[in-house]
Amino acid sequence: MSEEVKQREPLFSPKNKKLIFNPLSRENPITVQVLGICSALAVTAKLEPAFVMSLSVLVVLAAANVIISLLRNTIPTRIRIIVQLVIIASLVILVDQVLKAFAYDVSKQLSVFVGLIITNCIIMGRLEAFAMGNKPWPAFLDGIGNALGYGWILLVVAFFRELLGSGTIWNYPVMENLGLYDFGYKNNGFMILPPMALIVVGIIIWIQRSRDKELVEEK
Amino acid sequence: MQELFNIFVKSIFIDNMVFAYFLGMCSYLAVSKTVNTSFGLGLAVIFVLGITVPVDYLLNKYVLEAGALSWLGESFAEVDLSFLSFIMFIAIIASMVQLVEMIVEKFAPTLYNSLGIFLPLIAVNCAILGGSLFMQEREYETIAEATSFGLGSGVGFFLAIIGIAAIREKIKYSNVPAPLRGLGITFIITGLMGIAFMSFMGIKL
Repeated sequence: MSEEVKQREPLFSPKNKKLIFNPLSRENPITVQVLGICSALAVTAKLEPAFVMSLSVLVVLAAANVIISLLRNTIPTRIRIIVQLVIIASLVILVDQVLKAFAYDVSKQLSVFVGLIITNCIIMGRLEAFAMGNKPWPAFLDGIGNALGYGWILLVVAFFRELLGSGTIWNYPVMENLGLYDFGYKNNGFMILPPMALIVVGIIIWIQRSRDKELVEEK
Repeated sequence: MQELFNIFVKSIFIDNMVFAYFLGMCSYLAVSKTVNTSFGLGLAVIFVLGITVPVDYLLNKYVLEAGALSWLGESFAEVDLSFLSFIMFIAIIASMVQLVEMIVEKFAPTLYNSLGIFLPLIAVNCAILGGSLFMQEREYETIAEATSFGLGSGVGFFLAIIGIAAIREKIKYSNVPAPLRGLGITFIITGLMGIAFMSFMGIKL
């Protein structure tokens, strides 16, 4: 990541860099802006679907941001929601078809959640808040940044849920190879159940806000 | 008849939109600060789900499914348009929400004012599109089953959002650790409510 930024320095003014790095922490789409929670929680029982989901959101968000940003002066404001939905839906259909062709198992695991990228609030939110008022290049960076911010939370949640719930990392049996089962260690089946995703995200928010006092909400 | 009732109860409690599938989380978290507004949003969601799921069912059955177009004639029997379902569903949902918005504005101005921005936002509520996609995935037999599934999911969302709003109104008086205040504690409470809801199916570990 950091190497790539150095190579193409001229395009990355300090302002543009902020677009990528702010959403990773201070303006994280999930823990601060509260966008895109729906899909974030449902696909995090294992690392693999979480990774595929983040990648799909990255592609759709970056592409939709650029397209909307290019069209921003020609879209009538009254019908902009439906125009945005049509563009997002077409991109999601592309992603869905690609997944079905090349990663059928994961696509089955994600079931309806690929389709639900259409109504993922991150995408609508960023289109409304950023792409409608900015040039394509910053909009592209904003899309990448927000998708990365979304992705890393997904991967962290999935990492802990898979490790503690199934005792594996990316289907590699870590706990078994460490020989922990011989000492009476048991997988915590609770971690695989959906409600635990909420609690893990709650804990991430807790840690983030106790390190960054400015994010703490007023009473 | 009993089958319909089963689907209805199942979609309220066991397959609850919020607690089992995390759909509609965004509006669930954003709107649940007071019971009054969540009541309005909950009603709107029941209403929209009760309309869009059957409409999308018809669309799926007679236009999109593999072989659905056979009523047009022999040559269309092979056509499979199911890859278009996302875009068709979202178009139906967006136009239905627009319609509902106009009707509510005309006949119930007070409800319209209290719903405010949330009504148009229902178009991008994942619970609505999720309802249609689950309906497609689970292959319900008749339109009555699809309708009772839609209404049941709406009621499930309604119950969930009223519950969390009531808890959040009370929790204002508790001494929550500062970094957890607001969003953090809401997540954790939702998780606990989800665990409680799982008891309806008996936790399978």
